[in-house]
Amino acid sequence: MTVIEEPRTTIRSGTIGDSPVRPDGVAKVQGTYAFSSDLHADGCLFGATLRSPHPHARIVAIDLSAAWKLNGVEAVITAEDVPGQLTYGLIAQDQPVFAVDVVRYVGEPIAAVAAIDPETARRALDAIEVTYEVLTPLLDPEAAIAGGHDPIHPDGNLIRHQHIVHGDPSATGAVVVEGTYEIGMQDQAFLGLEAAIAYPDPGADGVELHVATQWLHEDQKQIAACLGFADEKVRMVLGGVGGAFGAREDISLQVHTCLLALRLARPVRMAYSRAESFLGHVHRHPATIWMRHHADADGRLVNVEARFVFDGGAYASTSSAVLVNGITMAQGPYACPNGMVDGYAARTNHLPCGAMRGFGAVQACFAYESQMDKLAAACGVEPAEIRLRNAMKTGDTLFTGQPVLNVAPVEDCIRETMALPLPDEPVGGTPLSDGSQDAMKLPGGAGRTADAGDIVRGIGWGVSIKNLMYSENFDDYSTARCRLADGVATLKFATAEVGQGFITIAAQIARSILGVDEVELDQIDTHIGSAGSTSASRQTWMSGGAVDAACRAARERLFEAVGTAHGIEPIRLMIEGTDVIDTAGDLRIPVVEASSGLTIDETIEYHHPPTEDLDENGQGNCHTAFAFVAHRAVVDVDPELGLVKVVQIATAQDVGNALNPLSVVGQIEGGIAQGLGLAVMEEIIQIDGVIRNGNFTDYLLPTFLDMPPVLATLIEQPDPHAPLGAKGVGEPPCISSTPAVVAAIRDALRQAGIDAPLDRVPVRPADICL
Amino acid sequence: MTLAVPTSLDDAVRLLDEHPDAMLLAGGTDAMVEINDGHRRPASLVIALNRVSDLRSWRHDADAGTVTIGAGITYTELMEPPLATLLPALAEASRTVGSPQIRNAGTLGGNLGTCSPAGDGLPVLSALDAKVRIVSADGERDASIHDVMLGVKRTSLEPNELIAEITLPVRSGWQGYAKVGVRNAMVIAVASACLAVDETNQSVAIALGSVGPTVIRCTEAEQHLASAVDWDTGVVDHDAIGRVGELVSAASSPITDHRSTAEYRRHAVGVLARRLARRAFTINGVAA
Ligand SMILES: Cc1cc2nc3c(=O)[nH]c(=O)nc-3n(C[C@H](O)[C@H](O)[C@H](O)COP(=O)(O)OP(=O)(O)OC[C@H]3O[C@@H](n4cnc5c(N)ncnc54)[C@H](O)[C@@H]3O)c2cc1C
Repeated sequence: MTVIEEPRTTIRSGTIGDSPVRPDGVAKVQGTYAFSSDLHADGCLFGATLRSPHPHARIVAIDLSAAWKLNGVEAVITAEDVPGQLTYGLIAQDQPVFAVDVVRYVGEPIAAVAAIDPETARRALDAIEVTYEVLTPLLDPEAAIAGGHDPIHPDGNLIRHQHIVHGDPSATGAVVVEGTYEIGMQDQAFLGLEAAIAYPDPGADGVELHVATQWLHEDQKQIAACLGFADEKVRMVLGGVGGAFGAREDISLQVHTCLLALRLARPVRMAYSRAESFLGHVHRHPATIWMRHHADADGRLVNVEARFVFDGGAYASTSSAVLVNGITMAQGPYACPNGMVDGYAARTNHLPCGAMRGFGAVQACFAYESQMDKLAAACGVEPAEIRLRNAMKTGDTLFTGQPVLNVAPVEDCIRETMALPLPDEPVGGTPLSDGSQDAMKLPGGAGRTADAGDIVRGIGWGVSIKNLMYSENFDDYSTARCRLADGVATLKFATAEVGQGFITIAAQIARSILGVDEVELDQIDTHIGSAGSTSASRQTWMSGGAVDAACRAARERLFEAVGTAHGIEPIRLMIEGTDVIDTAGDLRIPVVEASSGLTIDETIEYHHPPTEDLDENGQGNCHTAFAFVAHRAVVDVDPELGLVKVVQIATAQDVGNALNPLSVVGQIEGGIAQGLGLAVMEEIIQIDGVIRNGNFTDYLLPTFLDMPPVLATLIEQPDPHAPLGAKGVGEPPCISSTPAVVAAIRDALRQAGIDAPLDRVPVRPADICL
Repeated sequence: MTLAVPTSLDDAVRLLDEHPDAMLLAGGTDAMVEINDGHRRPASLVIALNRVSDLRSWRHDADAGTVTIGAGITYTELMEPPLATLLPALAEASRTVGSPQIRNAGTLGGNLGTCSPAGDGLPVLSALDAKVRIVSADGERDASIHDVMLGVKRTSLEPNELIAEITLPVRSGWQGYAKVGVRNAMVIAVASACLAVDETNQSVAIALGSVGPTVIRCTEAEQHLASAVDWDTGVVDHDAIGRVGELVSAASSPITDHRSTAEYRRHAVGVLARRLARRAFTINGVAA
């Protein structure tokens, strides 16, 4: 891809603003990196999980006897073997470690076994006999909200309802557009499957768990509660994580692995297959969103009315927070004086839903951006123009009454995206050297379904707002420790490196602040305070903030030592390159020398300013900070077959300060691929509560050949509220890329004389051509 | 589980005769997926075929006007000349299969052995009326492709039989293959079609994939198209092409599943047939 940006002034190698190679990059490319699924211990046993085949059933009896009798089976456990709390959960502890009396979704764990090899473990699962009384599943979230259905869980069928009223909700405008939008269930589809290995302490009064996760300390707390241990008796070590995207925020195999290991006093390893992974983690919420936008004749927003219904599936997970993200972003990145939003997160017997990149903002954005296009058409202005007219600015207020105090360069995002060139190749690209058509450049690709004359091209826009960090009065702080001696900085934190590259920028921060070249990273584990979750686009800000603060504290100690040695006020000292210099004198000492023999050791917790709960009218400063992005998609469509090829995505993203521009570009490209996937192919299909495509044959992800070139401009306006001025960049790329692609398909179809609503993602071929 | 690695067809056949429950393994791109998914348990004996050189060769009989392909020929081999020049539709179908890795390993014999309705090689074999040589310890027999493919993942092979080679005619006349999937590559067909023109006999063959339990030949559409073509000029009327599309849709008998709907499949296969016909002939009337 091409990155268009201002040339950077010279930056010392490996410091902030440079793009040093990831420390784990070469190993990952060469295939030698150890992901958690590669973990192994001598003499370890293999765990496996028995799961419910029914979306809703009463468990009448479980007969384990045949499983116990199998040669090589060492343990068979159920809910009766859980010594502590029987349930866990990120917000509400409503999800059983193993089902007790009832199962509420297809895939719910009922029992686990440990055996000498994976095949024996699988056979043991087959030998467990469960007698079910099948119950009618609750599959319609509207029925869950209406309240007529018997509760499928003691906590009831409504996970959360939240209302927002802002300004005069009865205000009307000259132009009114309305629509109901649907978002399908997307899977995070990380490549590194769930895997863990648990080492019991001698005496089985503690355990060490190596696992791929997003938040070691939250796992620790939930696991310890279920094991009946004090938190510190569960020591967590981060295993190699092959992607996360929200799917590792909830507990999956952690408690099961520890229970088996403690029971047997032997290490136990568990690893999911792809099929099991689809059942074992939460997904993006399917949602239905109704919106009515009122605007004046020029298209300036007057009022937005909306109703959101999120299908949370069987357990609460983070549904209540996803809901609040969605409804508080209902207006999008646009100023609007009045609004009324109603939001529901319902419990059903579908697969549980929770965190996924974009976290509620994705669903909202598909609805409000589809609405902005309708509004543009109704007012007779261009899609980009309607967005410019309404673009939010710093200081504008959300429907929650919260002022957006961050840099809000919405207009810049749109204008910089507009400035990026459109593709210069015509439909189908330039012919190959032998004069033939390159099939890969047309919708249908390798299938050779079309010729250039069958294709129409369209352009579409998407712009979005995303809150960064956790919301609603949650103190998601981060902790970092910096030791400095002999010119080497050693950093420790519990920040989950899930592939986003925090370990790269942590070292860059230390080099910049301390003037060192050499930075060592300690093992990522729970031998330090929490870092919070690697989610909500928060680690650069939060753990970056903690590392920055710890390094600054270490630098103060260094200046004190240098000051004392040379009789200089430490305040006069600063770092220049790799030297300590006296700003008011001639002193210049290399940091290596200045830190020689010192033992500086500083640990800092970084907290963002507190946020508030929402009141019953949805008012309150509930969010910490915001980031913005614009996307413009160019798409070729085969209207007769309904096939799509995305030709180009242009984007300008509000990043504050790009600490590592290459990493930022990586997030932009990856996020766009995920947004494109939701737009045209990615969906978990459940029929009668049973997943039908829990594999990569049928759950389609974009491949290299589906991914277009990306043109990206980084909008670097350092945010004064952010440590280092840097905003989180992980989520925005996947939020408005989806509606941009869909808008481009609609635009192409209009040119073919077809007015297709396309009010549902992913857009299926039949939605286009039938 | 034991793995046998015979190097001759005789050895392979003998092993299969001694162990009729053995699993044949060619490229493994279907077989290993089934094992990994737990749909198939590894049999007590697995017979690997990739060292059997007889299965990995092909020959062109210019006099007979045929090409005979060993069951172990891969898609990658089929995509390259000279095979691609002799059998262009099979080359096009091969290019639609999976990814480079899959095409390097996957074989035509394995495609037929699996006999999925979505097997991309199969509509081509059907359209060209392929002859399949099947061998066992009892001897060998030649069967028409139409008698080998019985239904969804069902062939007429006996447990002790294996596919040795497949013979296809070298035709003069355009031939091609098109496949609809929801992704631009690496995707199972939602609907596919092969169209092969036989200029010598002034006939056309159309075979459909993924729109029935096994490959469907569309005799009515074939005859309609053949009779509508001006064989001297290669021109065909636009309306006749439209009618071919309708007849093809009518001949299909698709299902609705998690991959697509019957309605879409029926529609799409008609569009594919029209577009293939458009590539095969010059269209008279409305611009395409
Ligand atoms: C990622 C992926 C993508 C794929 N994409 C496509 C695609 O786009 N289109 C498509 O058509 N297929 C696709 N496939 C399926 C598969 O690659 C093809 O069907 C391939 O032709 C199978 O050939 P193989 O040599 O790998 O067969 P194997 O897996 O070795 O065998 C398949 C079956 O045939 C039997 N068999 C093999 N050889 C013989 C023989 N000589 N005689 C009798 N029986 C035999 C085996 O016992 C087995 O039952 C894909 C598979 C994967 C994993």
